[in-house]
Amino acid sequence: MKKVGNHKSFSKILLFSLALVLSFSFTSNAQDAAAGKALFNSNCAACHKLDAAMTGPALRGVTERHDTAWLHKWIKNSSELIKSGDAKAIKVFEENDKKVMTAFPQLSDADIDNILAYTSQPKEEPKAAAAGGGATAGAQEGGVSNNLVLGVLAVVLAMLVAMLLFVKNVLNKIAKANGIEAPVKEKSLPIWIAFARNQFLVLVSVIVMLLVGAYFIYGYLMQIGVDQGYEPIQPIHFSHKIHAGDNGIDCKYCHSSARVSKTSGIPSLNVCMNCHKNINEFQGDADSTYVEHTKEFYSAEIQKLYDAVGWDKTAQKYTGKVKPVKWVRVHNLPDFVYFNHSQHVSVAGLECQKCHGPVETMEIMRQHSPLTMGWCVNCHRETNVNVEGNEYYKKIHEELSKKYGVDKLTAAQMGGLECGKCHY
Amino acid sequence: MASNKKYWKSVEELNENSSIVETLRNNEFVEEIPTDEFLGDKDALSTSSTTRRDFLKYVGFSTAAASLAACEGPVIKSIPYVVQPEEIIPGVADFYATTIADGFDFANILIKTREGRPIKVENNNLPNAKTGANARVHASVLSLYDSLRLKQSKIEGKDASWADVDAKVTAALADAKAKGGQVVLLTGTMASPSTDKLIADFIAKNPTAKHVVYDAVSSSDALDAFQMVYGERALADYDFSKADVIVSVGADILGDWQGGGYDAGYAQGRIPKNGKMSKHIQIESNMSLAGANADKRIPMTVTEQKHALVKIYNVITGASVSTPKVANEEAVMKAAQQLKAAAGKGVLVSGLDDVNAQLLVLAINRALNAEAFNPATPRLIRKGDAKAVAQLVKDMKAGVVHTLIMNGVNPVYTLPNSADFVEGLSKVKMSVAFSLKEDETALKTKVAVATPHYLESWGDVSIVKGHYSITQPTIRPLFDTKQFQEALLAWTGNPASYYDFLKAHGTAVVAGGATWNKLVHDGFYVTPVTAAVGGANVDFASAAGALAQAKNLGGLELVLYTKTGMGDGQQANNPWLQEFPDPITRVSWDNYVTVSKKDAEKLGLVNYNVANGGLNGSYSTIEVGGVKLENVPVIIQPGQAVGTIGLALGYGRKEAMKQEMQVGVNAYTLYANMKSDQSAKVSKANGDHEFACVQLQKTLMGRGDIIKETTLEIFNTKDAAEWNIVPMVSLDHKETPTTKVDIWDSFDRSVGHHFNLSIDLNACTGCGACVIACHAENNVPVVGKSEVRRSRDMHWLRIDRYYSSQDTFKGDVELKEGASGLMNSIDTFTGMEDPSENPQVAFQPVMCQHCNHAPCETVCPVAATSHGRQGQNHMAYNRCVGTRYCANNCPYKVRRFNWFLYNKNSEFDYHMNDDLGRMVLNPDVNVRSRGVMEKCSLCIQMTQSTILKAKREGRLVGKDEFQVACSAACSSGAMVFGDVNDKESQVAKLAEDDRMYHLLEHIGTKPNVFYHVKVRNT
Repeated sequence: MKKVGNHKSFSKILLFSLALVLSFSFTSNAQDAAAGKALFNSNCAACHKLDAAMTGPALRGVTERHDTAWLHKWIKNSSELIKSGDAKAIKVFEENDKKVMTAFPQLSDADIDNILAYTSQPKEEPKAAAAGGGATAGAQEGGVSNNLVLGVLAVVLAMLVAMLLFVKNVLNKIAKANGIEAPVKEKSLPIWIAFARNQFLVLVSVIVMLLVGAYFIYGYLMQIGVDQGYEPIQPIHFSHKIHAGDNGIDCKYCHSSARVSKTSGIPSLNVCMNCHKNINEFQGDADSTYVEHTKEFYSAEIQKLYDAVGWDKTAQKYTGKVKPVKWVRVHNLPDFVYFNHSQHVSVAGLECQKCHGPVETMEIMRQHSPLTMGWCVNCHRETNVNVEGNEYYKKIHEELSKKYGVDKLTAAQMGGLECGKCHY
Repeated sequence: MASNKKYWKSVEELNENSSIVETLRNNEFVEEIPTDEFLGDKDALSTSSTTRRDFLKYVGFSTAAASLAACEGPVIKSIPYVVQPEEIIPGVADFYATTIADGFDFANILIKTREGRPIKVENNNLPNAKTGANARVHASVLSLYDSLRLKQSKIEGKDASWADVDAKVTAALADAKAKGGQVVLLTGTMASPSTDKLIADFIAKNPTAKHVVYDAVSSSDALDAFQMVYGERALADYDFSKADVIVSVGADILGDWQGGGYDAGYAQGRIPKNGKMSKHIQIESNMSLAGANADKRIPMTVTEQKHALVKIYNVITGASVSTPKVANEEAVMKAAQQLKAAAGKGVLVSGLDDVNAQLLVLAINRALNAEAFNPATPRLIRKGDAKAVAQLVKDMKAGVVHTLIMNGVNPVYTLPNSADFVEGLSKVKMSVAFSLKEDETALKTKVAVATPHYLESWGDVSIVKGHYSITQPTIRPLFDTKQFQEALLAWTGNPASYYDFLKAHGTAVVAGGATWNKLVHDGFYVTPVTAAVGGANVDFASAAGALAQAKNLGGLELVLYTKTGMGDGQQANNPWLQEFPDPITRVSWDNYVTVSKKDAEKLGLVNYNVANGGLNGSYSTIEVGGVKLENVPVIIQPGQAVGTIGLALGYGRKEAMKQEMQVGVNAYTLYANMKSDQSAKVSKANGDHEFACVQLQKTLMGRGDIIKETTLEIFNTKDAAEWNIVPMVSLDHKETPTTKVDIWDSFDRSVGHHFNLSIDLNACTGCGACVIACHAENNVPVVGKSEVRRSRDMHWLRIDRYYSSQDTFKGDVELKEGASGLMNSIDTFTGMEDPSENPQVAFQPVMCQHCNHAPCETVCPVAATSHGRQGQNHMAYNRCVGTRYCANNCPYKVRRFNWFLYNKNSEFDYHMNDDLGRMVLNPDVNVRSRGVMEKCSLCIQMTQSTILKAKREGRLVGKDEFQVACSAACSSGAMVFGDVNDKESQVAKLAEDDRMYHLLEHIGTKPNVFYHVKVRNT
């Protein structure tokens, strides 16, 4: 797969460090919280969130619930604390379904203080809605003004037409008054009769019309059953752009069977849950420009996944009630074609994008290629066989390339155009 | 100018009073046009308000609507797993080792599954795996998806849950215990050590209980004989690869005798090696597969066979029991001498249902000290006790039996005294049938428990002593079923599941040698049996004396047998097996009585072909001891011993069967006392039966180049050019071998793979496992009886069977070459169409020959069929427009046309017409539509996947790694597939063999399938 880097990551780091530098020079509280955020994200976020229970309880305001010294001990090694018979520790342990928390002996007291400072910050009020509202209002204004300009233009044009008619009328009246007779135009043959009488023209235009008609009919017929650009609405709004693009997840992480099987496979829902057990709501920047929908929209889609797989977000448990997702198939070859992903992905080492297009930019999955036989065959004619380090090809490639007098064989020369290779 | 010439179409017209001419004058068509179907209903026609104009409007509108609708693509839904099982990758097949044990067929096999669905049966090729899969075992995967399976348990015909059934049966058992009523477990042979243990537990809990084993097709006499001598209820096993001389008296050693599976060992000895091959002498009445493959076949009535056996006994042991003279005395004596000369390298087997005969078999083999005879590791897959079953029926009628629990048996259908059994059932207080289907028996019992198919069950099997196999499920139970063993556990109060019970048992059996996981992975485990068995000294002489007294009871001797395709009939609702042509008669969709030509003439029975090629035969009535079987169709069978007739068991079932598959007559009604030989009266009945026979020609007409054969003597002493003659053509007025002449430029095939298929006519027994394997692998449709009758069968692979017209095929060739002059030739050739009374038989599997210069490819107007570099002749179905030019131009007649849509079409109500049956389809192979040609693809999907696997792993394809469905199914090793450019491969060596020849070599098609000259050890 083409490495789909996060092109904003560099600037993000820059901004972040700038913010860090700035915050150093200002209040000490802010400094604690910022450092704490980084530590929180790298150490705690796998199991904790600030405002929602995950594997562990929500942590905002944890210092209000427990005293700091105790928290230090707990974070450094909770199991030991429980073993030592600390009543409070045992209570907390039992309240949380006896889930054992990882020990963090590597965190210094200062680190823990920073993390606690971060958890003590008040919750930020969402501003995104207000900003969004402003934007829509702006867009509406633009719409009104455009209409206004167009309306004014139309009025001006109408006035011009009226004025011209008026001028013509006046001139006619003047001419009549001066006794000038306008010359009477001699009535010529209507053009269509003249056209019909000219046999050559008729012949030529009939031929042209037939050719044009044939061209369009052929074009129409050739696109029957070709679903290039097919972009159906899926039961869950899954954005390849967010997953493969912004987060840079490898295609074959989810479509793992593409390596060994004929089908690339739609990932089973347990694969989604590898990440979404933790990511239970949209976590992009609130003011991010790269998403097309609101945070609430995306979080609702994640909830759809939970409903399908039977995951109770609050209890952090599988309920066992599953509702398999009926995806709408986008890429579909006819039954009489045999296509094997592993041949192309594992053996030939093709990038997925070669056929599927820039999936990492698609908010909604779209069929990028026509998937017609001509399209397949063209590629087989143009593409060289990837023989490097593959013992299978060694002998056959040597002999065949000698036979054809080329350095590198195309898939077609290797037999990739034979009917029976795909049709059986 | 007026002409007085008279044109006539047939000689009949010369006869002025001919009724045929009169009939034809008034009727344009000889056969009636089926107009009634649509014009018959006069009322409907006259009341219909649709005028011709309306009709055209509708047609026009619907055409336009259909074409508009067709432009819109359908929305296809894909539903992934919620939680994908670790071992399943969509699109990749998984294989599981398991064992079939359905009471008739027992074999270690592999099951290919796709996305959790079993789709194909493969041979388990580990050394020591027992018995290769036969045609029925290959077809058994389709029986799993039988839409007429019992889907839910029933109590008195009403759906019931297992809890209801359990409560009911537990109450009945308690009642039986309280009243001291007899409880009987009636099962088929299960050969399952863990089940035996469960049954013992059950009997311990219910002291009034007993276990009766019932085999529908009985081996009771052989079992009794073995038990008398060796003290164990089992059957001696044989290894024919160790025998130089095999004498069989009425045993179809390549068929279902003793549970079958002997072909692999047999074929090993049949391939000439170092100038030697085994000699097989078959003494029998019906023409069986073994008889067809024998070097010397001696047709005899059953009574004569018994006498012959005594004669052989006399020769081998030096006894002198007096016997009456038999018809082929000389041949029998010669066979006996050869057997004696071979001593330890000889072996004698018999399928006669007579204790004395079976005792003599043991005596003879012991006297010979036969290496092929293994009484120490006997077969345990037949245990049925005919006497105990007879006693049970008596007890039931007397009202002694309180509770009857049956598993895997269908006595109401299979018992000859079925009426008595049904009467007995009504007197039994509680009757339970564990059954796959709501069959004849399940309908008559109070409780019918739906059981899982073997592919849904756990189990264990001991096929021979010291050989322990495991049955493991390959799919979750499709229906609400309960296994017999689970029920036994429940009724003995054992809380364990059968899996846990089996695991404990299996682990104990293999302890020290293997783990449970290894056992399940391999499918079986062998514990060496070292102890030799002595065997008691039974009075063999008096057995011989008694046997010599055997007398013909008058009338014709009826010999009941099982067909390769149907066996005991439990898979009768399997369309693959119904359409499978019998290897000998080539008739599908029927059973029939086989009669010798002499007897047929005496009784006025005929076979003839009608205008469209269909075979017709007279009906007959067979009477055995007062039981009459009406309307039994007749086949005149070359090689049938005069004075005998044959009839196959397993047909004529009606319950839980699709309409189309209710064919044939139930021969079990004539199976009195469970003896396969009966004295019968046969008479002609009215009317003719329409057969679906796939082969119209019976003989080779002296064309020795189609099946080349020679004798071992010539093969050993003469040059290959003399017995494997290469046809010559004239090139520049010089005789040139056809292999050297080419009107086409040859394509260079030395680079890459070049696939060839080798077929050894010596090793091919005609068993037909390949035909079913091909069916399963390639989604070949079933077309039904009437289509097969029209020669529209779809089998990609057929096994041609030829009879000799003279005593030998060599005689045919000589006769043909001797014929000269027009009249002489006509007479000679007309005569050669008829097979001899006791002909030689030859089998030849024919599939697409994948000609390098294929005649079909040059005539296709749309280039739908073309050649690949790897030697395969490709067929692009989507390109085919159905002109059928290719089929017309194919000299091998291997192309098949889809005359109709055979899937999702209620006119062809076989497995492809229901959702369940379609589960068996191979997802890697296209399901063809109406109007396209299809044929053997040399399993290109398999060769391609082998190549892809090697590519992915970055290695060369291993030696002999390539397989196709037929070669993988061939347990006798007759079919070998591979890459001839890989000089190390087996097929490359076979291609260089002296015996190699191509079919119809003189036409220069250069096929990629080749055959090996058949060598007979005469």
